[in-house]
Amino acid sequence: MHEMSLCEGIRGVIEDQARAHKVDRITRVRLEIGRFAGVEKHALEFAFDVVMRGSVAEGAALVMIDLPGRAMCYDCMAEVEIADRLDPCPECGGGRLMPVAGDELRIKDLEVA
Amino acid sequence: MSQARLVEIETDILAKNDAYAMANRKVLAGLGAFAVNLVSSPGSGKTTLLCRTIEALGDQPLSVIEGDQQTANDADRIRATGARAVQVNTGKGCHLDGHMVGHAMAHLDIAPGSLLFIENVGNLVCPAGFDLGEDCKVAILSVTEGEDKPLKYPDMFTAARLALLNKIDLAPHCDVDLDLYEANLRRVNPGIEVIRISARTGHGMDNWLDWLSGSLTRKRGRAAAE
Ligand SMILES: Nc1nc2c(ncn2[C@@H]2O[C@H](COP(=O)(O)OP(=O)(O)O)[C@@H](O)[C@H]2O)c(=O)[nH]1
Ligand SMILES: [Mg+2]
Ligand SMILES: [Zn+2]
Repeated sequence: MHEMSLCEGIRGVIEDQARAHKVDRITRVRLEIGRFAGVEKHALEFAFDVVMRGSVAEGAALVMIDLPGRAMCYDCMAEVEIADRLDPCPECGGGRLMPVAGDELRIKDLEVA
Repeated sequence: MSQARLVEIETDILAKNDAYAMANRKVLAGLGAFAVNLVSSPGSGKTTLLCRTIEALGDQPLSVIEGDQQTANDADRIRATGARAVQVNTGKGCHLDGHMVGHAMAHLDIAPGSLLFIENVGNLVCPAGFDLGEDCKVAILSVTEGEDKPLKYPDMFTAARLALLNKIDLAPHCDVDLDLYEANLRRVNPGIEVIRISARTGHGMDNWLDWLSGSLTRKRGRAAAE
């Protein structure tokens, strides 16, 4: 839903970095996106192309790397990996899980020409 | 051979927002003011509940930031209670962000040791991801929305410290299972506190006011200790 504003955030970071590293063209942007970050990947790809127009990353390839979702089980107190937010605990079958990782939205690196 | 090289940056996409949010948090910490980010779908009763809360708090100092895509209706409703309020219109934006809230805070002249209520844009998805610098999110869920909403929109309820289950007066009229609402809230957030409330009849208001005053006392204590 807010993929446009995420891409505006990406553009802001990229432009700062390009200035700092004296780079005038970026050919690839790699993002790390947690399983629970709630990002609609197709929408993000679309918004990325639109928002990067006119920037140093115009036409850059976008690569999204998935990071796993992890949660703390309130029944057995184990930290477990789950694929879906509503999955039961793989250790004990419990249904009370608090996410501890998987909401990441990071720019990992930039490939510059 | 390609000339390509990699620049490692490992930066959060929302780093700019987070920096604004941290600046807001610092201002609030200095003041010992407690800020609540009220989140919910449109129509669950955020503004009504806020007006009732302000009336119940009497002359206790507080301020309000109202977020909506359009209109100043809600800030007008809040000002009618005598409270200080600033309206932020996000236009196409689906959430408030740290920058908007920082501006609004600067206009409010927030009193030390006071409460700040931020009514976010009615939306169960986007506001979950944007830190405003608040002390915590309070999610409002009204009993007419359906017991499965925490399961369908888990992020918002996971991010909230407290859920206000509102419009409890309507429960007898609409075949709802209040225990199932609570069970589903705890399924996505086992640590969440839940208060059953009605902005209309005042049921549960005491619990909510106690929760607010306990939170504010702790915040003031931390500010005094620093
Ligand atoms: N029956 C009943 N109606 C309520 C209650 N709280 C709010 N409402 C009504 O719900 C509608 C939407 O409320 P509003 O405060 O504008 O919701 P917001 O969009 O979340 O700010 C209004 O018609 C309110 O009068 C409640 O506790 N009980
Ligand atoms: Mg409202
Ligand atoms: Zn377990």
